[in-house]
Amino acid sequence: MRIARINTKTSTWITDEVDLTLLDPLIQKYKGKKGNVIPLLQGAQDIYGYLPRTAFEKISRDTGLELSEMFGVATFYAQFRLKPVGKNIIKICHGTACHVQNAKEISESLEEALQVKDGETTSDRLFTLESVACLGCCSLAPVMMVVDQTYGKLTGNEAVKIIKNIRLAENN
Amino acid sequence: MNHTIVTVGLGSCGIAAGAGKTFAKIKALKEMDNLDFQLRKTSCVGMCYREPLVEIVDETGTYLYGDVDEGRAMEIIEKHLHQKDPIRDYIVQTDLFDAPENDFIKSQVKIVLRNCGYIDPESIADYEARDGYKSMKKIRDEKIGRLEVIQMILDSGLRGRGGGGFSTGMKWKLANANKSDVKYVICNADEGDPGAFMDRSVLEGDPHSVLEGMIIAAYAVEATGGVIYCRAEYPLAIKRLNIALQQAREKGYLGENVFGIEGFDFDIYIKEGAGAFVCGEETALIASVEGKRGMPRKRPPFPAQSGLWKKPTNINNVETFANVPWIILKGPKAYAAFGTEKSKGTKVFALAGKINHSGLVEVPMGMTIKEVIFKLGGGIKNDKKFKAVQLGGPSGGCIPEYLSDTIVDYDSVNATGAIMGSGGMVVMDETTCMVDVAKFFLDFTRKESCGKCTFCRMGTKRMLEILDRITNGEGKEGDIEKLEELAYQIKDNSLCGLGQTAPNPVLTTIKYFRDEYEAHINHKKCPAKVCRPLVTYTVDQEKCTGCLVCLKNCPSNAITGERKKPHLINQELCTKCGVCFSKCKFSSIVLS
Repeated sequence: MRIARINTKTSTWITDEVDLTLLDPLIQKYKGKKGNVIPLLQGAQDIYGYLPRTAFEKISRDTGLELSEMFGVATFYAQFRLKPVGKNIIKICHGTACHVQNAKEISESLEEALQVKDGETTSDRLFTLESVACLGCCSLAPVMMVVDQTYGKLTGNEAVKIIKNIRLAENN
Repeated sequence: MNHTIVTVGLGSCGIAAGAGKTFAKIKALKEMDNLDFQLRKTSCVGMCYREPLVEIVDETGTYLYGDVDEGRAMEIIEKHLHQKDPIRDYIVQTDLFDAPENDFIKSQVKIVLRNCGYIDPESIADYEARDGYKSMKKIRDEKIGRLEVIQMILDSGLRGRGGGGFSTGMKWKLANANKSDVKYVICNADEGDPGAFMDRSVLEGDPHSVLEGMIIAAYAVEATGGVIYCRAEYPLAIKRLNIALQQAREKGYLGENVFGIEGFDFDIYIKEGAGAFVCGEETALIASVEGKRGMPRKRPPFPAQSGLWKKPTNINNVETFANVPWIILKGPKAYAAFGTEKSKGTKVFALAGKINHSGLVEVPMGMTIKEVIFKLGGGIKNDKKFKAVQLGGPSGGCIPEYLSDTIVDYDSVNATGAIMGSGGMVVMDETTCMVDVAKFFLDFTRKESCGKCTFCRMGTKRMLEILDRITNGEGKEGDIEKLEELAYQIKDNSLCGLGQTAPNPVLTTIKYFRDEYEAHINHKKCPAKVCRPLVTYTVDQEKCTGCLVCLKNCPSNAITGERKKPHLINQELCTKCGVCFSKCKFSSIVLS
């Protein structure tokens, strides 16, 4: 069944302090409009990088949308995250073309290098590792995308090198 | 005045291959030396395997350069533009002499991709210069009635390119027949099939052709509102669509009295999908636009009767819409001249996998699979043996090498057990394990099942467990039969296309590659050496240089040896994780 690709166990739901007033313009824009659940959640995620529990509660209070309905939508679509993510999201493509060209090796190498599993975030909150179905760059398989930059024709070692360079740049 | 035009291909895959840097380099060189040529951007021409691509048109002709990195860009500017001496070695396609990729372009018939790679997708003037929006002007000027437009689409024989293959004209006719003040036209751009990227290319390369197709559809069915449901994973497509929408509104091609036709009010907005494969299904897509969980519902009523917000709704796919303006302008007969008896026109295929020329090709229906793969696709990578081609993504199936004379049209492909689908063609060679491929697709559909129908929700999980066992070397006699039984039950008892087709990859691989399943189950062997628990890792004693890398990296300390002496793997300790194989720089770890 559909599962959010980022780990969504509520028991580990981190309750960060977030500035809820940031939501106000968004709520103003969509309040009372039909079909507004997804744009509201997408907007909230754009603000915080994920969907904090308090954001759900505020949206529900201000718009009258049912919490259960919003949570249902949030857990249905792969796009929504219930946990904070790293600054750089690494999307490793596991589409058909990448799969037959050994995308597994890319995942395993990065899991080892970053010491996290698929869907997890590094302890310094710099990287989140995520497998995705298809990035549509099949001719460059195997592919990964870091933030919005796509890297193609990778090997495990190359992928690790790219991530190391990003970490180096971030730390400087 | 110099009329030389230099064009850089900046589609998603081009950018990933480094076209952005190439463009910046050429721009810098142009500014530095104050060079007299026009620098333009375009999108994907389909030759993804040669990206980044740079086209130069000068007074002598057209030259397409491939694999243009910054270094090559400098050379090309120097030699071609300064010294007027084109660099033959880098030219991949031209009309002037033999170049490696001339056949790639010549063997194609471009209707859907007519503008992709030729125009700047962010310029409405470019689109209009290539007959853009002329179909709508033709409808207006010649006062072609709504039913006449529908008749033209019916006569063309156009069928839905999203996978279903339902007659587009028939769909429009049904939507037209249901009277209502408010009606919708939706463009399905939720291209979720892994391995298919033709919709992305059209949206990135020629967004106006999709808008014009939608406007024509809206005119024909009397729709008032339009929605493009596009994957959020395609940021560039969304950006270019937004630019195109704005340009069309400014020109009066969207809004009130569209194209000056009295009473024809129509506008389009973009709805970003949130990542759910099942939303490619019409009724699930509608639920998602309405802001709900994207779960399909029972039909009838069909969307043409009661769709978005319970109003009559017509949904077509990106590629279908892109065909429409061409059909109206050139006439249905010209379109129906291509193709086979029941499948007219052309089809775009996304070639990927173990193939030399991965990219986008558009061919007339009726070409054989072999021709597509070997003539256009340039054959199999590294001269390996062609084994099968996967057509139709997770809903499709694998067609084995011996059926590669099958022609591509809806009915012939269906007869093999695969489906045309959206046109993703993933080529597999002898190093691909078919059981692993079936498992891959089933894992995908299991995750993407919305959970509404029990058979799809639970059945795919049970099938996956069996496949997991088989690939782990724990297969039992009777597993194949059990897989087949489950497959038919899921097909029969699921509401939507996802469940009805989810078992296809398993069924076709069992049908054509039963021996591979049997090798896994009975002999605990993976003939393609892909399923790790079924292979043994050993060190080639002659190739091993004794560098200690595998030894240091082995997580279970199964490797022993000394510097500069061949190492050994202790099979009892080896967990078959494959780390040594991927770390070895001398290819001395052997799978058997």
